[in-house]
Amino acid sequence: MASKEESVSRRKMLSGLTVNGVLILICLIWFIPTLGVLITSFRQSQDIFASGWWSVFPHKEDKETGEIKIDDTVDVNGPITINGVTHTFEEWREGVTMPDGSKLTWYGNKRTRTLIVSEKEWVGFSTNLTLDNYKNTLSGKEIRYKDASGQEIVRMGNNLSTAFLNSVAVAVPATIIPILIAAFAAFGFAWLNFPGRKFMFVIIVMLLVVPLQIALVPILRDYTKLGLNGTYLAMWLAHTGFGLPLAIYLLFNYVSSLPRELLEAAFIDGASNFTIFTQLILPLSIPALASFAIFQFLWVWNDYLVALVFLGDQNRVITMALAAIVGEKGQDWHLLTSGAFLSMMLPLAVFFALQRYFVRGMMAGSIKG
Amino acid sequence: MQLQEGKEPARGGVLSWITAGLGRILISLFVPLITFVVLWRGYIFLRDSDAPKIIIVLVAIIWGVGGVALLYVVSNWLVEKLPSEWTRRLQPFVFIGPGVAILTWYLVVPVIRTLVLSFQNDIGQGFVGLENYIFALTDRIMLEAFRNNLLWMILGTSLSVGLGLLIAVLADRSRFESVYKAIIFMPMAISFVGAGVIWKFVYTYKGTGAGIQEIGLLNAIMLALGGQSQPWLQQPPWNNFFLIIIMVWLQTGYAMVIISSAIKGVPVELLEAARIDGATEVRAFFNITIPYIQGTLLTVTTTIVIFSLKLFDIVRVMTGGNNGTNVIANEFYLQSFTYRQTGRASAIAIVLLVIAIPVIIYNLRQFSERRAF
Repeated sequence: MASKEESVSRRKMLSGLTVNGVLILICLIWFIPTLGVLITSFRQSQDIFASGWWSVFPHKEDKETGEIKIDDTVDVNGPITINGVTHTFEEWREGVTMPDGSKLTWYGNKRTRTLIVSEKEWVGFSTNLTLDNYKNTLSGKEIRYKDASGQEIVRMGNNLSTAFLNSVAVAVPATIIPILIAAFAAFGFAWLNFPGRKFMFVIIVMLLVVPLQIALVPILRDYTKLGLNGTYLAMWLAHTGFGLPLAIYLLFNYVSSLPRELLEAAFIDGASNFTIFTQLILPLSIPALASFAIFQFLWVWNDYLVALVFLGDQNRVITMALAAIVGEKGQDWHLLTSGAFLSMMLPLAVFFALQRYFVRGMMAGSIKG
Repeated sequence: MQLQEGKEPARGGVLSWITAGLGRILISLFVPLITFVVLWRGYIFLRDSDAPKIIIVLVAIIWGVGGVALLYVVSNWLVEKLPSEWTRRLQPFVFIGPGVAILTWYLVVPVIRTLVLSFQNDIGQGFVGLENYIFALTDRIMLEAFRNNLLWMILGTSLSVGLGLLIAVLADRSRFESVYKAIIFMPMAISFVGAGVIWKFVYTYKGTGAGIQEIGLLNAIMLALGGQSQPWLQQPPWNNFFLIIIMVWLQTGYAMVIISSAIKGVPVELLEAARIDGATEVRAFFNITIPYIQGTLLTVTTTIVIFSLKLFDIVRVMTGGNNGTNVIANEFYLQSFTYRQTGRASAIAIVLLVIAIPVIIYNLRQFSERRAF
């Protein structure tokens, strides 16, 4: 008996190890690309194009230790023998590892007759890191930095802090409003009877596939007529319109699977539809609402196209500021990486804040009670 | 709260009945009027105010969210004041009305307009019959886009959903669940502009030659393993796979979060019972968990299939659709905003709609099977 228990617990431990092992592997693959950008965002602007981001970690690197001159008598067009090793010019130019471990590389063209000797040496953690990239992206004032070729550049900062506030003003209502409207509609479609219910719902599900680009031009025309261009309201409405089909579809899925008895009991108790919705459906749907809220928030936060068309420059959001960094020179990857990281902060915070709603037994408990 | 106010005074008498009725009508007019004035003042403040940015942002959020909630409360309050027969008839439209109205404005009308334009020439005048559709269905560029979208749909969706399910199930058994989930989820928090940079650091190719150091991760790995560096995004058809990897990287977090919340809903008692009956974990998973979360799996698959059909940003940012990586939505974008061929662009959009119809029909059938309708 005891041995059986032991084997069970050992098996449990083993499966625990496999579970965590597989997850750690997947997470590593997922995280490495992001890690690269995180590290890049702290590197000096001129280093980024010169070496890979992983070179901040300890690694072996070729260090120049000297050079060799070749006699004028040697024919550089045929095979060339140096220190007993023979290769063609092209091979020497690519670099050849000698028997003693050092590496010889031809310098320049054939006429230089010079080879550079280098040896592999350990290089420790790079200390050439900086916070300037972050300071420069956030600032709205003049900034200066060196570009890839070492030239100093002076220009206006990207003022990401104002863009951040604008993004908040766009994203928070553009998340809550569609959820509210979709929750009402999902309840209506799932639990109320009215003519045209099925037809309208089918249309809404079909709208899932409409690419939002087809709506941009007509809506822009309407906005110009109404004087809504560049306002937050225009953005909220647009994101609501484009997000609603998915919101209604997801929430309908959830709300329609709530137990029928529960709602019937509430009806018999004399509750009105509105009371049932606010007192019963909304609290019960919190997990579904929370998960949709996360995605809608992310989509709105990361949206570039809709903002570009309807918002213009007066209330520039964070993706527009980021795109402007790319656009101004195309080479400012050090600013782009730090900007990309700053813009990730809030969505991640929202994810962590809403994650606690995904807990086991939320549904079961509320139905029993 | 509003419900009590609506109760009729019990006292009789014609006069009091008339005053009560009049009062009710007056209140019914007054409340919407006040609501409207409050919302309008908010709008004007937001439009003209010079207050510090942070205050404007706070007011905007409260005004926007509160305004919508207020509209529902007021319109429901009005409908509940009507005779009960009318309340019953009109109340559903209070619930679905705003949603349907916004959808009509933002999507239905543009779709109809697109349908009309798809039969017209590039400047939106003159009927050209099926010409645009012949282009959309037979042109070499479009055929390539169809092939690629098929790849995206099959590979991208199955990998995202499969990995999302695997991670959700495994993480459910680990103490570090939230850490794993956060890492898988992280790509979703990155904008496409940012994701483009991240993957450029993976795929970048500098070419061969002395003194050139690859700054792309994949090529550095290739060189370290003794291989040659490759221009990953320029070699068809393989470049499509490297782009699809980006989509999987972005979308697995979505699948994982939704599937995970469904797995949390599987009753523990059912799983316990199966375990006591001697079922292995794998059997319990396939016989209890999977059937229980079937609906969710369908939802996730549907949304990702549709996402892969509409996919645009990744291709746009990484290759611009060159080197055999074009997709339908990118071609739509090119036709409509670069070449200004509204007719062709509209036909492509309509074709996209039609392609998705089988998926939608399957979904609706599942709804009626579950008697959700």
